[in-house]
Amino acid sequence: MVDEILAGPPGEAEGPPVEPAQPRVGIHGGGFGDRIYSGVITLSALCVPALLLLIFWVITKAGWLALHTFGFGFLTSSQWDSVKQQYGAAPALYGTLVSSFVALVLATPLALGVAIFLSEFAPAWLRRPVAFLVDLLAAIPSVVYGLWGIFVLVPFLRSWVMPFLRDTLHLGATPFFSGPAYGPSMLAAGVILAIMILPYISAVSREVLMAVPRSQREAALALGATRWEMLWGAAIPFARSGIAGGVILGLGRALGETMAVTMVIGNRQEIATSLFAPGYTMASLIANQFTEATSDLNLSALMAVGFVLFVVTLLVNAGARWLVWRTSLETSI
Amino acid sequence: MKGVTWATAAMMLVACSGGGKKPSGQASSTASQAAASSGGVDLTGAGATFPAPIYKQWFFNYADKTGVKINYQAIGSGGGIRQLTERTVDFGASDAPMSDQEMAAAGAKVLHFPTVIGAVAITYNLPGNPQFLKFSPDVLADIFLGKITKWNDKRIVALNPGAKLPAMDILVVHRSDGSGTTYIFTDYLSSVSDAWKNGPGKGKDVAWPVGLGGKGNEGVTGQVKQTPGAIGYVELAYANENKLPVGELKNKSGMWVKPSLQGATACAAGAAQSLPADTDFRISIVNAPGADVYPISSFTWLLVYQKMDDAAKAKKLVDFITWALHDGEQQVKALEYAPLPENMVDLEMKQLQEVQYPGKM
Repeated sequence: MVDEILAGPPGEAEGPPVEPAQPRVGIHGGGFGDRIYSGVITLSALCVPALLLLIFWVITKAGWLALHTFGFGFLTSSQWDSVKQQYGAAPALYGTLVSSFVALVLATPLALGVAIFLSEFAPAWLRRPVAFLVDLLAAIPSVVYGLWGIFVLVPFLRSWVMPFLRDTLHLGATPFFSGPAYGPSMLAAGVILAIMILPYISAVSREVLMAVPRSQREAALALGATRWEMLWGAAIPFARSGIAGGVILGLGRALGETMAVTMVIGNRQEIATSLFAPGYTMASLIANQFTEATSDLNLSALMAVGFVLFVVTLLVNAGARWLVWRTSLETSI
Repeated sequence: MKGVTWATAAMMLVACSGGGKKPSGQASSTASQAAASSGGVDLTGAGATFPAPIYKQWFFNYADKTGVKINYQAIGSGGGIRQLTERTVDFGASDAPMSDQEMAAAGAKVLHFPTVIGAVAITYNLPGNPQFLKFSPDVLADIFLGKITKWNDKRIVALNPGAKLPAMDILVVHRSDGSGTTYIFTDYLSSVSDAWKNGPGKGKDVAWPVGLGGKGNEGVTGQVKQTPGAIGYVELAYANENKLPVGELKNKSGMWVKPSLQGATACAAGAAQSLPADTDFRISIVNAPGADVYPISSFTWLLVYQKMDDAAKAKKLVDFITWALHDGEQQVKALEYAPLPENMVDLEMKQLQEVQYPGKM
C-alpha cells in the first residue's frame, strides 16, 4: 500500500495535490531506499520468531533422550536422583508456578498503587525521583538480590513474618502457613520475585495511565465524578490492557528468574503445600546442576527441564493474554 | 550434534581468554612457534573449580620459569571431563575420578594424576558456639539420613559429655549445586554407612533424604550461620578462612581428629600404602587407616590421554606434571591445600612414563 501511494504521481489524485502527500515521497525522491528500509525491518521482525523456533528446536532435541526415557512420568515424578539416574521434574514445575503466582499476588497491587500514585496524585517534584527509584529496582543484578535475600530478607521472614503469619494471625492452622520456619522457602522466593518484577509492572502501568487522553479524564470530571470515580471509571478501563501487558511481562520475568530464587528457595525436591517449606524451581535446577552434569541422561534431563520451562512460559503467557482478551470483550459489550 | 556445540563453546572460551592473560616470562622459541597455531597458548585445560586457585598459581609460576603458557578454564569437573572426551582441551581436571562409563565414552585410555588433596569439614551452629563437637561415623551418617533429628539425642550427648546440647531440631544443610565437595562427603558417608551406601549413594549431586540446599560453599555457610541448629559441610579451606566452628571426627584407627591439612595428607599416605604398583589412581582415599588421618579427604585429579597425537604438546604436558609434582607441591600449603605424600609422587612419576606420543621410544 505504501508503494502504491509512493508510485503514483501526485498529479493523478483528484483535485489539487494533497498537501501531506509530498513529504512522503522524501526529499531525495527515492522509493528504493524505502524498500530497503522496509525489507530490513521486516527481516529484524522475523528474526525474533525464528530465534524462538531455533531455541525450541535445539532444547527439544537435546532433551529428547530424557523425555523419551521417562515419558509423562518426567512431569509427575518427584524423584531427581543423579546417582540412580532417575529424573522427575514435578517439584521444580510446581515450584516455578507457585513462586511466580505468589510474586504476582504480592507485586501487582503494590505496583498498581505506585503507578496510580505517580500518574494521578503525586506532586510534580515527587514524581520524578520516586519513579526513578522504582525503575532503579530493575537495574539491580539478580545475584545482588540473592545475597540481600540470604542476609536480610530470609532472617527477617524467619524471625518476624513467619511467626506473625503462623501464630499471631493463626494462619498456622491452614496448610499454607504451617510447619517449621527455617527461612529459605517458597515464601522467600515469592517475596524476592515480587520485588524484582514490581518495577516492570509499575513502569508499564505508569506509562499507560499517563497516556490516557486528557479529554477522557475531563469528560468524567465534567459529569461530576470525583477524582476517585474518574480514576476507576475512566482512566483505568482505558489503560486496562496496557496494565495487563505489564503484569504479563512481570510474570514472564518471574517464571524464568534463576539466581536470586536459587539462593533463597532452599532447593529441595519435594512438593509441599506450606509456603514455609523449601522448594525448587526449574530455572534453579538447571543453574545448580548444569556445570557438573556428566552423563548423557543427566544433561538431557536438564535440557528437558528447559523444554518444560519453555512450554510452561508459553502456555502461561498465552493463557494470560486470552484472559485479558476475554475480559476486555465482556466489558466493551 | 551436541558435541559440536560444546566444542564451539570451548573454542570460543579459549580464544577469548587466550590473549588476555600474559604471564611475564619470556617465551622460548618452541613456545612461540606453538603460539602461532593456538593463539598465544601452549596448552589448554578445563575442569574442576576447587583446585583452580592453585592451578592458576602453578601455571603462572611455570610460565615465568619456562615460558610455557597454560590456559585453564574452571568450568566444573563435569565440563572438564566432557571437553577432554571431545578432545577440545589438552587435559582435564576433576574432583571425582572418571567412572567406568565415562572412561568407555572417552574412547581411549585416560590417565589420572592426583595433584593436591582437599578435605571437607563439618560445621554447625549451636547456642553458646561450642567448638569441636565430636561426631562418630555412624552418628554423622544418621544425622544426614534424618534418623537423628534432635541435638540432644542421646547418641550425640554420649559423644560430647561436656557440651551443653539443646533440645533443638537439627537442620541439615547441603550443597544444591553439583560439586566435588558433595562427592567427597557422600563418598565418606557411603564408606562408613551401609544405609547411606544403599540409599542416597555417592555422587556430585545426590537425592538428600532431609535438609535444605545452599548454592556453593558460601550458600551453605550462610544458611548454617543464620539458622540455630543447622549442620552442614564445606571445604576445609573455606571453613578455615571464615573461622567456622568445625566438628571433630573419629577416624578408622579410633582416634579423634580435627580437620587439618596434615590430616588430609596423612589420609592420602595411609591410602597409598595399600596401593598396588599398577594402580590407575581412580581411588577413593576417604576413611584411610592411620592415627593422624582426617577421614573426609580426597584427591583432585588432572586427566590426560595416554596416547597423544601432538608430540610437542605431550612433551610440554609431561614436563609440566613433573614440575608440578615436585616444585609445585611446595607451594600448595600457602593456598590451604594439602600436599601429596612422598610415596604418592613416586607412584605418579611411574605412571607419567606411560604417556605416549609420536617419536617417543
